[in-house]
Amino acid sequence: MPSNDVHISLRGVTKIFPGFEGHPDVHALGPIDLDIARGEFFSVVGPSGCGKSTLLDIVSGLSTATSGTAKFDGKSVGGAVPDGIGAVFQQDASFFWLNVWDNVAFGLRRHGRSRAEVEERVSKALAFMGLSGFGNAYPAQLSGGMRQRVCIARTLVLEPKILLLDEPFGSLDQQTRLLMGDELLRIWRETGATVVLITHAIDEAAMLSDRVAVMSARPGRVIDIVTTGWPRARDSRIVSQERFGVITGRLWATLREESMRALQAPERSEAQPDRGVD
Amino acid sequence: MKASRSDYLVLIIGLLVAWQLLHWAVGANVVSSPAVTLKRAFELLHTKSFWNHVASTGMAFGLASVISIFAGIVIGLWLGLRRFAGDVADPILNTLYSIPKITLYPLILLIFGLGVSAKVAFGVIHGIFPVAIFTMNAVRNVAPIYYRTARILRLSLLTTASTIMAPAALPEILTGARIGIALTLLGTLIGELFASTSGIGFVLIRAMDVHAVVDILALTTLLFVFAASINALVHFFERWARHNAQQ
Repeated sequence: MPSNDVHISLRGVTKIFPGFEGHPDVHALGPIDLDIARGEFFSVVGPSGCGKSTLLDIVSGLSTATSGTAKFDGKSVGGAVPDGIGAVFQQDASFFWLNVWDNVAFGLRRHGRSRAEVEERVSKALAFMGLSGFGNAYPAQLSGGMRQRVCIARTLVLEPKILLLDEPFGSLDQQTRLLMGDELLRIWRETGATVVLITHAIDEAAMLSDRVAVMSARPGRVIDIVTTGWPRARDSRIVSQERFGVITGRLWATLREESMRALQAPERSEAQPDRGVD
Repeated sequence: MKASRSDYLVLIIGLLVAWQLLHWAVGANVVSSPAVTLKRAFELLHTKSFWNHVASTGMAFGLASVISIFAGIVIGLWLGLRRFAGDVADPILNTLYSIPKITLYPLILLIFGLGVSAKVAFGVIHGIFPVAIFTMNAVRNVAPIYYRTARILRLSLLTTASTIMAPAALPEILTGARIGIALTLLGTLIGELFASTSGIGFVLIRAMDVHAVVDILALTTLLFVFAASINALVHFFERWARHNAQQ
């Protein structure tokens, strides 16, 4: 852990989706105990259906834990999204009716910032994400990777203290993912935000993170936490280091068994009342 | 693929050629030639009484369109936002949409009597259902990811509705409005055909009674041009709302 200053703290967090029409309850998550330090880059990997996204929903306040507490800066997150949280999801969330500039300015305008401030911060965010010159373009005219950058810019422009990423590069090709990973590391270094990344890609987690938590098959629990020991200034080229192989090897050894268990779990796709508990 | 201007020209020329061929095949007693018909149409455009009838139809059609769209959107929004009410209303709306409204005509006449209100009512019962159905589906189809984004941005319900839900649903609502307007015109004219004393539909049925073939076709042509223009106008708004987005 880079510092002992706890930013996000989970104690005994569980999530149980009540069954309906004769289906049994679905125990999706936990119990989970976890501390994430301020300014840390923390990743969570796990087999599909292990409740990774449910965990993120609880941390962000989009969803309430069935039992246990989630704290952000020492204050309880009780089903309401606290100030200072930014999130980027796997699905394209860019607003198709707004051009890139208005997409990025959206949050600032809703929060009543002055015109001059919006102007300044949006142009900075666009430049930061390599989108200068695309301000007048509409999402439909952009590639998937660029649309995801619009969503990241829209989130970053609000200067979140915690950046929650739910498989943000899931729909992109491998080269774009690596490059977006570099951009993410740069953002993380330059903003000093705490980053929590949910992913199913072991290499992504190993390359980007300070620490990687491995989750079990449902109900999702943290079964291993790997500290990578990378320097703060790093980029995707570390994949050629011997240590990268050691880390991914250890992650996969733990995850392999769990993934097999997840595949064999009966009727996994049924009775998911909320959303894909992925 | 987008239709170009020359495509439309080819379509119009094709229609005129087919019309002329039909005229030769069946004779002037049944289908008048395009040249004669169009000449008659221009004559009609220069008579004052014709414009009185246009005004009568226009007023009924305009009123019926406003009611169809406004009430249709209100109903659609309500049903779209309440899942249970929407599930219950969905099959009912679709049935009402698909039954031939002409069967309700005696009922409409009994309720509203002869005159402009019956015409408006008949236009509305044609136009309101597609608007309501499209609006309901538009609201339901707003991607859940947008609502998650709204919650992360800590937007109030009202702000979410006005800045995210409304623009996300607008293109589909406009599609419903376009279809609703076309059907409202149809309903209004049918209303005029059966029981009224003024309007284009009334002129048309009178021409049919005395078998004035040229008048019938001239009126039909004018109606065709009018309906196509309205449609194109709304379609233009729809495209603008989509910003050419391939959703």
